[in-house]
Amino acid sequence: MKILVPVKRVCDPDNANKVKVSDDGSSVTSDGLEWKPNPFDEYAVEAGLRLNENAPKNEKLGETVVVSFGASDVVQTMRQTLAMGADRGILVQADDAELDSMVVARALKSLVDAEQPDLVLMGKQAVDGDSNAAGQMLAEMLGWPMATFAMNIATDDGGKTLTVGREVDTGVLTLKVTLPAVVTVDLRIVAPDAVSNGVTPADHKYNDGARYASLKGIMQAKKKKIDQKKLGDLGIDTGLTTTYPKFELPPARTGSCEFVETVDELVDKLHNEAKVL
Amino acid sequence: MTDVLVVAELMDGGLRRNTLAAVTLAKQIAEGTGGAFDILSIGEGSKAAADEAAKFGARKVLTAEIAGGYYAEAYSPTVAEVAKGGYGVVTATASTYGKDLLPRVAARLGAANISDIRGASVDGGNVSYVRPMYAGNVFGTVTANTDLAVVSVRQSEFDAATEAGGGSAIEEVSVTSDGAASKVEFVSLESQKSERPDLAEASTVVSGGRALKSGENFKTVLEPLVDAMGAAMGASRAAVDAGYVPGDLQVGQTGKVVAPALYVAVGISGAIQHLAGMKGSKTIVAINKDKEAPIAQVADYFLVADLFQAVPEMAEKVKAVKG
Ligand SMILES: Cc1cc2nc3c(=O)[nH]c(=O)nc-3n(C[C@H](O)[C@H](O)[C@H](O)COP(=O)(O)OP(=O)(O)OC[C@H]3O[C@@H](n4cnc5c(N)ncnc54)[C@H](O)[C@@H]3O)c2cc1C
Ligand SMILES: Nc1ncnc2c1ncn2[C@@H]1O[C@H](COP(=O)(O)O)[C@@H](O)[C@H]1O
Repeated sequence: MKILVPVKRVCDPDNANKVKVSDDGSSVTSDGLEWKPNPFDEYAVEAGLRLNENAPKNEKLGETVVVSFGASDVVQTMRQTLAMGADRGILVQADDAELDSMVVARALKSLVDAEQPDLVLMGKQAVDGDSNAAGQMLAEMLGWPMATFAMNIATDDGGKTLTVGREVDTGVLTLKVTLPAVVTVDLRIVAPDAVSNGVTPADHKYNDGARYASLKGIMQAKKKKIDQKKLGDLGIDTGLTTTYPKFELPPARTGSCEFVETVDELVDKLHNEAKVL
Repeated sequence: MTDVLVVAELMDGGLRRNTLAAVTLAKQIAEGTGGAFDILSIGEGSKAAADEAAKFGARKVLTAEIAGGYYAEAYSPTVAEVAKGGYGVVTATASTYGKDLLPRVAARLGAANISDIRGASVDGGNVSYVRPMYAGNVFGTVTANTDLAVVSVRQSEFDAATEAGGGSAIEEVSVTSDGAASKVEFVSLESQKSERPDLAEASTVVSGGRALKSGENFKTVLEPLVDAMGAAMGASRAAVDAGYVPGDLQVGQTGKVVAPALYVAVGISGAIQHLAGMKGSKTIVAINKDKEAPIAQVADYFLVADLFQAVPEMAEKVKAVKG
């Protein structure tokens, strides 16, 4: 099937505690931090590749297209996903300040209208803004069904529907959606047996996590096409629905860490000092 | 004057308690702007849930009965229709239900979507919201540019609303539907029932990490401590990924956010994504054999020990202290 995977570039999530706020509080700065693909989007790329391949035979079954909205150097992040195995890319140049979930969803809708994919597979949330919204908004705008927080996906009916296990806060909720659809993925979607496409044999064992690019993949990625467009060229309403007048760092936790060596000491402190026991 | 619509979450044919966090926001905005708030009880069992929802001081409680298991496509058109009735804010609690449904409603109405807020302030007629971003390492203040704002509320940051005495009027609304719902089929919801307190509401949470090494050890080593403390059980991503415990126990940036009076992290290193889900806890205890583990950045007490020795001993001593 044809799968569109939106990929956002974010500053290194494992160092998110090093982001700073500008003196006037008007912006967040991540100077000195590396750029990475949003981890959930990287997982979506992995899930898309699994859906679109016969793994043991190394055979492609469909096209996987990555799209991103961001600065022109986001092509470097996109190349990483092309090196994993995605087929081509579309970069829509935009300043991060021009984007919110609504604008991203509108822009994605215009790309979906043009590309006509069977599936938009995306991260459940961008770990910089932590909004968890663009996928749901896109699905509504398209009038498509969706399955958010996907922890497993299986194609059925010869590829007309997907059965998706959603990781919800009361357990696992399973939906069957008719394609075309939007699916947003959660952490467990990269477990070894999370994706089944009816072609890759069920006993094929994937590694846990997103695949690494091979040297060959990296070489091939250099030749893959990345179309460049501008946000203004999409012909969509680019009006932001939200304004962030101020950012600040959260107050630091007060008090310091007290090291104890014995259980007796700990229980005593919890009982008599913190009074939580 | 801003009128607020609370979208209730229903569970097992009744009102899910987490709804009361969104009710608290609704009250704050309604009182602050001189408006009113209503509650929409939507789903299977909407009438019974409405009877419960009517106790919290809403101007009215609206019911929309939709049979069968939840999926957003079946709810979003009705919520959007009701929202058009003069509301300035539509809110729900940012559970996986609220996070799934509300952005669809926002898109349908062309309204600003503001996710997972930790606070709101009302200044004259204007409402601004504060939300954690970058795994809780930045707080952003945000306002809506549209007349209607769709806002989800972080449960751990809002007290549950208390009963207001009296009962709200209950009114049935008609259910609207569109084509998207016919392309989804609800297959099943598998939940593991637990006798322990709800993770999101417990006053004590004991979480286990990768160091527990197996699901069996969660049962035999960690659970006795969890139960001795009358706590809810949580876990790190690594423990869930390894299959030791189900995903709904995950605490963190992308799991559950908790802020209990006491949080005990057992064999958890304290990655940024884990801290994002628990650093609002009042007292934090780490049990870890590595003094350098980053959990020390937020811990009040750090027991440097092998958990396999310390945890069983602690379970016994906690029982003794609690009598
Ligand atoms: C997109 C994304 C989202 C994520 N979201 C979350 C999330 O929501 N929640 C979350 O938790 N993680 C999340 N993570 C994962 C996170 O980055 C860490 O990998 C994870 O929290 C590590 O789990 P852990 O602390 O159990 O394991 P480890 O980091 O392996 O830590 C194990 C700890 O146990 C200690 N230890 C080992 N043996 C013993 C012993 N016998 N006695 C005592 N101590 C011992 C070690 O010293 C160590 O500190 C996310 C990651 C990504 C990329
Ligand atoms: N600038 C962007 N470029 C590409 N995809 C994006 C962008 N912003 C958001 N997305 C997609 O939308 C998902 C949800 O984002 P959010 O609603 O911002 O948390 C992400 O996981 C991405 O798949």
